[in-house]
Amino acid sequence: MLEVTGVTTKYGAISALRDAGLSVGAGEVVGLIGPNGAGKTTLLGSIAGLLRPDTGTVTFDGNDITNVAPEKILRAGLALVPEHRRIFTDMTVEENLKIGGVTVKASERAALLEEMADLFPVLKKKWDVPAGYMSGGEAQQLAIARALMSKPKLLMMDEPSLGLAPILVDLVFDLIEQLRDQGRTILVVEQNATRMLQAADRAYVLRSGEVVASGTGAELLARTDLFDTFVAG
Amino acid sequence: MTQLLQNIIDGLGRGSIYALLALGVAVVFGIMHLLNFAHGELITIPGYLTYWAFNHGWNWWTVVPLILVSAVGSSLLIERIAFSRVRGAKDFTMLLTSFGVHFIVSALFLLYVSASVKSIQRPGWAADTVALGSLRIEIFDLLVIGVTIVTLLATTWLLQRTMFGLSLRAAASDFEAARLMGVNSDSVIRGAFALSGFLAGIAGIFWLMRAGSVTPTAGIDPMLKGVLAALIGGLGSLRGAVVGGLVLGLAEVLLRAWLPEGIQNLTTGFVFVLIALLFIFKPGGLLAVPQVERV
Repeated sequence: MLEVTGVTTKYGAISALRDAGLSVGAGEVVGLIGPNGAGKTTLLGSIAGLLRPDTGTVTFDGNDITNVAPEKILRAGLALVPEHRRIFTDMTVEENLKIGGVTVKASERAALLEEMADLFPVLKKKWDVPAGYMSGGEAQQLAIARALMSKPKLLMMDEPSLGLAPILVDLVFDLIEQLRDQGRTILVVEQNATRMLQAADRAYVLRSGEVVASGTGAELLARTDLFDTFVAG
Repeated sequence: MTQLLQNIIDGLGRGSIYALLALGVAVVFGIMHLLNFAHGELITIPGYLTYWAFNHGWNWWTVVPLILVSAVGSSLLIERIAFSRVRGAKDFTMLLTSFGVHFIVSALFLLYVSASVKSIQRPGWAADTVALGSLRIEIFDLLVIGVTIVTLLATTWLLQRTMFGLSLRAAASDFEAARLMGVNSDSVIRGAFALSGFLAGIAGIFWLMRAGSVTPTAGIDPMLKGVLAALIGGLGSLRGAVVGGLVLGLAEVLLRAWLPEGIQNLTTGFVFVLIALLFIFKPGGLLAVPQVERV
């Protein structure tokens, strides 16, 4: 479904990502783990159209989406829950969700709103509250729900558990599992490597801008040579 | 007391026009961080068309739609020709671009029309008044205030209830995040310029009615009022822009009334002193928006 090959992305003269590649198949939950500064966010940004790769290609459903504008990539069916959530703080929960569904038909949007209210009871309670007044865990759920509003074929999440209390980290991983059981395709960037490997079908390990290992969650958990990568998070 | 009320209504009438101009400035600033010093051209260009139309037998009923359409059209055209090329550039680059647009538009009218003042026929009722108790209120002021209220209500509805309005607010809050949701950057920016042009068009109708003339530099005054009002209210805040416009209108009228005979010509100077004082105590304006790091 998603194929990334040979992507190098630079900030000025520094390559944050070197010759990176990964693939995600339909219905898979794929993790992308690695220490701080490994290039995980750069890789997601390069896929979602926020960053322009210097070399390499990104294809989605067989279409080349390298260097395509983020709004077009979203329309192709690829949604990103960005780092730091970036919810619209002065808009209400409902308005945030509506914007998430800006690309779907009005009738469909109404149905999706109800679906999100059922899936995220916390949001239903705060429906008319400006999103800036929500706690970190609530805001993360809003950010995920907002991305789901576009009915993505592939959902990408950047550090969904970052800055959350342990009990909310559990909630986020429960949610990822719940979404997986619904048959959704998900690519998650996480520093919480152990939890991610338990939840993912497959994962890639990124270090210093390069993919250094890949495999199923169990395979990677058994790789003692990658131990420093796991504990770094 | 009567005099004070009279002045307040007069000030609100002026301030309403400023509020509409400031709101247009704020909408564009919110979405692309452009402080548009060419906003006044959205009155100059329709102004010359109005002059042309009256010479060809049009009247105010037909000129009003002409002003609105040409203000929206000019706004979109200027975005297309000039501002679309500096999108995402530094704030200062965009600011200079808007100055450039102002000077080019003025120069074109100077070169191809005339440097002299072109008169526009004021509507017959413009100076009529109605008595309300001991007050004598200009019909013009009542009309301006009424139309402004309706325009602001309609704009509020647009921003709160339509997907276009939500997209505009989302993009103003975090442009990149809005694009990640699928908000089309071209349409939302063009929409902001269209709305800004429409608001300038409504303001322009009354501005031209009151001025009764147009010159190549006619845009400077309304631009200054709009930008100042937006700054007074707090750049980036739409509510602030409206408040800023009303405050500026009231300050002008009340200062003129209260300043002693002889120095009334210095009203504008005193207004600037007040604005300077405001910025000393509230640097972000009356309804300052918290500065969010834009990515």
